[in-house]
Amino acid sequence: MELDNIEKLLEKYFEASTTVAEEEALKIYFSKGKVAPHLEQYAPLFQYFSNAKKERFTRQVPLKPRKNYYKWISVAAVAVLAFGIYFGPDRYRDYQEQKEAEFAYKETRKALDLLAENFGRGTKKIAYLNQFEETKQKIYNNN
Amino acid sequence: MRQSEFLNVVMPFKDKLYRLAKRLLVSTEEAEDATQEILLKLWSKNEKIGSYNNVEAFAMTMTKNFCLDRLKSRQAGNLKLVHSNYGETSTPLQRQVEAKDSASWVQKIMEELPEQQKMVLQLRDVEEYDYDEIAEMLDMKPSTVRVALSRARKTVREKLMKKHSYGIG
Repeated sequence: MELDNIEKLLEKYFEASTTVAEEEALKIYFSKGKVAPHLEQYAPLFQYFSNAKKERFTRQVPLKPRKNYYKWISVAAVAVLAFGIYFGPDRYRDYQEQKEAEFAYKETRKALDLLAENFGRGTKKIAYLNQFEETKQKIYNNN
Repeated sequence: MRQSEFLNVVMPFKDKLYRLAKRLLVSTEEAEDATQEILLKLWSKNEKIGSYNNVEAFAMTMTKNFCLDRLKSRQAGNLKLVHSNYGETSTPLQRQVEAKDSASWVQKIMEELPEQQKMVLQLRDVEEYDYDEIAEMLDMKPSTVRVALSRARKTVREKLMKKHSYGIG
């Protein structure tokens, strides 16, 4: 490209009135290496711009469908809660009843035990009556 | 929108997002974090993406706002501008740029510009968007974009001249 033209473009460039294509032409001119001595000072600028465009974003970004996951967790939580509210009191009542029944059973057993003990005492006493009967029989047999 | 479709939409401009983020935040790691954040935000809105007429401009605006927020909170939190990529030689590109010493001057000069001029220069001279697109991305008038761009270019030229005539920056 003609030197004249480049000088004009540079002037326009600093007034920010160049088009993208004209700026492209400047970049190409300054990247060739054959730059006119009085324009050499501008070379680093355009070389830097060309180089800066080569930088890349290399990190891998983990794209997980995070949103859905949370949604399902909340659905599960609500289900558990509803289940608990619906069946919870029933179960509790059952549990309470069972405890009462156990208590009643224990009490009854205690009472029956007491009764049995007393009956036992009674039978021992009655055992003497047996002896009385035996002796009576002996006496009858002898006569 | 499926993951593969999303990637097809996003892939062509993800590097541009990253470069804009890096221009503003300077640090490579922070720019990567910012880009990742923006991509994840876009992904979480993926059902609505179809209704945006220009996803690229929308993503650029998001990046701009995100980075400016980061810069603001960094100032508010009194945190220092930390970046470790001064002596980093991991990327061959970095070395390539650093090797051309005067080219890295340009980078340093650009770091000194005000944020708006930085963004305009980045979007125009590196990414080669036209004025209307830049105006849409940065929420400015096209004429204001032109003024900011001219100012930025002249500042860069002035500082580059100084360095050029003294030899060392």
